Amino acid sequence: MIEWGLFAESWPAYASGLWLTVKLTVLSLVAGLALAIPLAVLRVSPSRWVSGPVWAYSYFFRGTPMLVQLLLMYYGLGQFEWVQAQWEAGNTFWLIFRDPYGCALLTFALNTGAYTTEIIAGALRAMPHGEIEAARACGMSRYTMLRRILLPGALRRALPAYSNEIIFMLHGTAIVSTVTLVDLTGAARNAYSQFFAPFEAFIFAGLIYLCITFALVGVFRLAERRWLAHLRPRSVARKAA
Amino acid sequence: MLHGYLPSLLDGAWVTLRVAVFSLLLALVLGLLGASSRLSPNPLLRLPATVYTTVVRGIPDLVMMLLIFYGGQVGINLVTDALGLDYVDVNPFVAGILTLGFIFGAYFTETFRGAFMAVPAGQLEAGRAYGMSRWQVFHRVLFPQMLRHALPGLGNNWQVMQKSTALVSIIGLSDITWLADQAGRSTHEPFLFYAVVCVFYLALTAVSGLVFRWLERRYSVGVRRAAA
Repeated sequence: MIEWGLFAESWPAYASGLWLTVKLTVLSLVAGLALAIPLAVLRVSPSRWVSGPVWAYSYFFRGTPMLVQLLLMYYGLGQFEWVQAQWEAGNTFWLIFRDPYGCALLTFALNTGAYTTEIIAGALRAMPHGEIEAARACGMSRYTMLRRILLPGALRRALPAYSNEIIFMLHGTAIVSTVTLVDLTGAARNAYSQFFAPFEAFIFAGLIYLCITFALVGVFRLAERRWLAHLRPRSVARKAA
Repeated sequence: MLHGYLPSLLDGAWVTLRVAVFSLLLALVLGLLGASSRLSPNPLLRLPATVYTTVVRGIPDLVMMLLIFYGGQVGINLVTDALGLDYVDVNPFVAGILTLGFIFGAYFTETFRGAFMAVPAGQLEAGRAYGMSRWQVFHRVLFPQMLRHALPGLGNNWQVMQKSTALVSIIGLSDITWLADQAGRSTHEPFLFYAVVCVFYLALTAVSGLVFRWLERRYSVGVRRAAA
């Protein structure tokens, strides 16, 4: 017996939850990527003084659960009297840490930034020597080479791994319901407790996540066909007309 | 130390470790079964395995966990009502292990599938040509070589999985995250206790990194590597 009332009454909550999920996913991915590109360049530096701090940052964020990072940021920082004083004073920067949305966004951006740094750093290390030597032979400076050769090549090659990271991030945002935000999963939890219909509530949310995941996979397949065409096996590539 | 909460946190760490290890075992079994069915020539075996890996990997683990925990409770109530039995509570420990094992079984399926396909067919034909039985070919030739290809992927899956164990705190299991949350509330020092949880997970990551490096060395005996 299906509890149809759940869909009739809760769909607006699911819709606004979905909007929050999409907003959190997109904004944290954009911020994380912007953070990761310069950090990846530092991460592959031969100097330990440069790559070490980036390694420590990414080790922490990749080695601990995102749920614990979020709880640490949202519930943890309030422990310090100094932070509380900043809140009382109305300091705009520190008020981010009292807002669940700000905390979630910051945690997710730092988390995906850490994974993305490692993905791009891996792609930078895998750049063929020939391309770097050719760029040097053309007389490019280190910065020009980075901008014209290294980063465009590495970002293309990072595409398959990065598409996985995007899907992990979409699924990862489900934990924001623990800090009082109502995202898609939060809407499902509310609908469950209102109607006591776990299958309808959670399968509905699950199907929406599934559709977004499929859409993302499809978009990335197209993107890879466009930007990684030169890396496809010859037999698969279409003959030139 | 830690306002007397250390023993309680250690209990929580022990719960987390048990959840991680038992769900790893379940995921390994499901992964091997799933990979065998995905590679089977029989479409009746192939289709359910494909649906399993596609659907599970498309849904957040938390949603899956809530579905299995709350849905399982309703399902069990229906069964016990129909049979006239007493009310049975779903144990969050069991629900957590079943959910994590079920979810990561799908990821392990894909890892094992790639690894099985990476073993050259000639090796298996050679085994058959020596008169080995199917089982002998599997456990002497296919399995050890498959494991070598699978280990890096398994290591990644395991790292993701052990961090997912923190989610069981949401369905009320007294794991290290849940106990730290309680301790933080009663002492008004939440930062301290969450930081301890972070240290625990970092230690777990570091130790499993070492174990996997050792396993990879052991299973790549006899492989020639190009000098870096």
